[in-house]
Amino acid sequence: MKMEEMIDTYFRPGRLPHIWCPGCGNGIVTGCIVKAINKLDLQKDSVAVISGIGCSSRASGYLDFNTVHSAHGRALPVATGVKLADPGLNVIVVTGDGDASAIGGNHLIHAARRNIDMTVVLYNNNIYGMTGGQYSPLTPEHSKATTAPYGNVEKSFDIPTLVKAAGATFVARATTFHAPLLADLIAQGIAHKGFSLIEAITACPISFGRQNKLGGPGDMIKWQRDHGLQLAAYEKLGEEQRAGKFPIGVLYKAEGVKEYTEAYDELIVAAQGGK
Amino acid sequence: MLKIHINRCKGCGICVALCPKKVLAVSEVEKVMIVNEKDCIKCGQCEIHCPDFAIFVEK
Amino acid sequence: MSKILLLQGNQAVVEGAIAAGVKFFGGYPITPSTDVAESLAEQLPRVGGKFIQMEDEIASMGAIIGAALTGKKVMTATSGPGFSLKQELIGYACMAEIPLVIVNVQRVGPSTGQPTSPSQGDVMQARWGTHGDHWLIALTPASVSECFELTLRAYALSEKYRVPVILLMDEIIGHMREKIELPENYDEIPKVERKLPTCPPEEFKAYATDESLVPAMPPFGSGYRWHVTGLVHDETGFPKGTPAATLSATNRQHDKLYNNLDDIVEVENYAMEDAEYAIVAYGGAARAAYEAVDLARAGGMKVGLVRPITIWPFAEKQIKALASKVKHIMVHELNYGQYVLEVERVVKGAVPVTLFAKYDNDPATPDAILAEMKKAFK
Repeated sequence: MKMEEMIDTYFRPGRLPHIWCPGCGNGIVTGCIVKAINKLDLQKDSVAVISGIGCSSRASGYLDFNTVHSAHGRALPVATGVKLADPGLNVIVVTGDGDASAIGGNHLIHAARRNIDMTVVLYNNNIYGMTGGQYSPLTPEHSKATTAPYGNVEKSFDIPTLVKAAGATFVARATTFHAPLLADLIAQGIAHKGFSLIEAITACPISFGRQNKLGGPGDMIKWQRDHGLQLAAYEKLGEEQRAGKFPIGVLYKAEGVKEYTEAYDELIVAAQGGK
Repeated sequence: MLKIHINRCKGCGICVALCPKKVLAVSEVEKVMIVNEKDCIKCGQCEIHCPDFAIFVEK
Repeated sequence: MSKILLLQGNQAVVEGAIAAGVKFFGGYPITPSTDVAESLAEQLPRVGGKFIQMEDEIASMGAIIGAALTGKKVMTATSGPGFSLKQELIGYACMAEIPLVIVNVQRVGPSTGQPTSPSQGDVMQARWGTHGDHWLIALTPASVSECFELTLRAYALSEKYRVPVILLMDEIIGHMREKIELPENYDEIPKVERKLPTCPPEEFKAYATDESLVPAMPPFGSGYRWHVTGLVHDETGFPKGTPAATLSATNRQHDKLYNNLDDIVEVENYAMEDAEYAIVAYGGAARAAYEAVDLARAGGMKVGLVRPITIWPFAEKQIKALASKVKHIMVHELNYGQYVLEVERVVKGAVPVTLFAKYDNDPATPDAILAEMKKAFK
């Protein structure tokens, strides 16, 4: 299927143009989600897209699936309820850096710990965009934000390391520049039976780029091109050469870990006197 | 060869920045425009990276 | 066929949930409601249902919202501090019109308060706990049998009106053991099911309604791909923030309940036929009030008990009628005075309204209530 046909197929009719600012990468990430769904040939009725609150979380409204635009930080609990109640649904969670790692941070580690079968696409634009540029747990140290006018003195999370430690069984990262890779990683995440998270590095030229003098949308996407390295290439670099660079691709994958809804189904059999 | 949905375009210029053949430009009214179609090699960089689903390469 | 058991109120709620067809519970441990979670963790898998202990109270609300969207009847149970945490997503469930039942076994507050002592301090929080204008239903059982019956009724109302229903218990009712007669076979209990759309998916508008003002709600995966949001939305379900859309959504969420108060609001009258005085009490506080009325009657005082079973929406019609019937009303509740404010609002000074507030961890004895009635009803 060509990209234009995918948009016509998987986006709700009449809802474009979307609300995102000029140059915001969220549209690219959302396009990659539908490419992944198309690649896997999932039936639209079988897909549930659940988002929180923030710029990226608006994606659910554009997509022609069973969709929930939930509350700030709460996409994962709602998604957990959907998946456990109906394990036949393919559950995709759309969330941002503030939504997933600040207000929803506790839910993130616990959903990963359960290894419940869902795919989180974490749109990381390093900032709270919807509210106008406040620092998030993924704003780099020393970057400026409206609530960090002298520069951010906080350290940021490394999301893949965090969710891997918490129990996620598929962890990957790509950027909007590496969009074909991003779409492929999302497809791998959906196909993976267990908790998967794909960190999508996406530019916020208006609320993050301007404050930090990062240039326009074109400059910011070229920055992604120049700083995201395939994991194998990244690992070959020495400590000093790695500064400012980050690995992309599949960062971690565990096979053979029991998935939560499957474990629960076995519990039901046992509770009913089976095996 | 290039299909543009002008109503969706927000003139961000990502396609212009990533086009290897300088086929595209952003107009004064902040919309994408084709300035050099004959050089287009249909690489698809514009389509892949357009955040607004406003430009597609027709092969 | 029926069975006779000796059960706690919390256990009767669990029996009611199983009888109502609940298939999903999301919870978090908190005294004095934990027995509900423990018992459903054991019972739900036996009927093919799912139990999950979430990472916090907010998450347990989120999980039941998600499960409700797949067509399941869902429950969570909590107490005081947990009820406060759930308010965020109770508001979401009001706005998105998600049927679900929240059991709140009240305890003394605010904050950690007295976890094992009875209180009715969450009456106003049950009504106004989340932000913004919103409407929901709260039911208050006063016996173990009623815990079972009102759990069934909570689901009947929640599904019929697509609204969160709070089962507002207190520690007395939750932990008290009483004899209860239950049907042997719960399959024979009539169940109220959610309204499903009758139109084909391509014509479906998620929040379009008929004269009932209650939209149909197809489960996720059924072919009706709809959008759920906590933003103000129009009948399509997509966000729309115009004054007209806001007005229309707000009015409909109010009217779908308040056009049907005769169906929703239940009040029990005890010894009220010839009563000249009335005591208004609910839940655990009503237990001693029954006996106080009997004692007063034995002493020649013509007093009766008015016991709201539906605590929200407020029993406005019934309390208004009461004010034209009796000479004096006493409200007895286990808090500093919450429900009394609504009684006073409706009585509008037509007759005196006296409050007997008890907020020292111990429920009032019948003698104490009698003494207060003797002082007030001169």
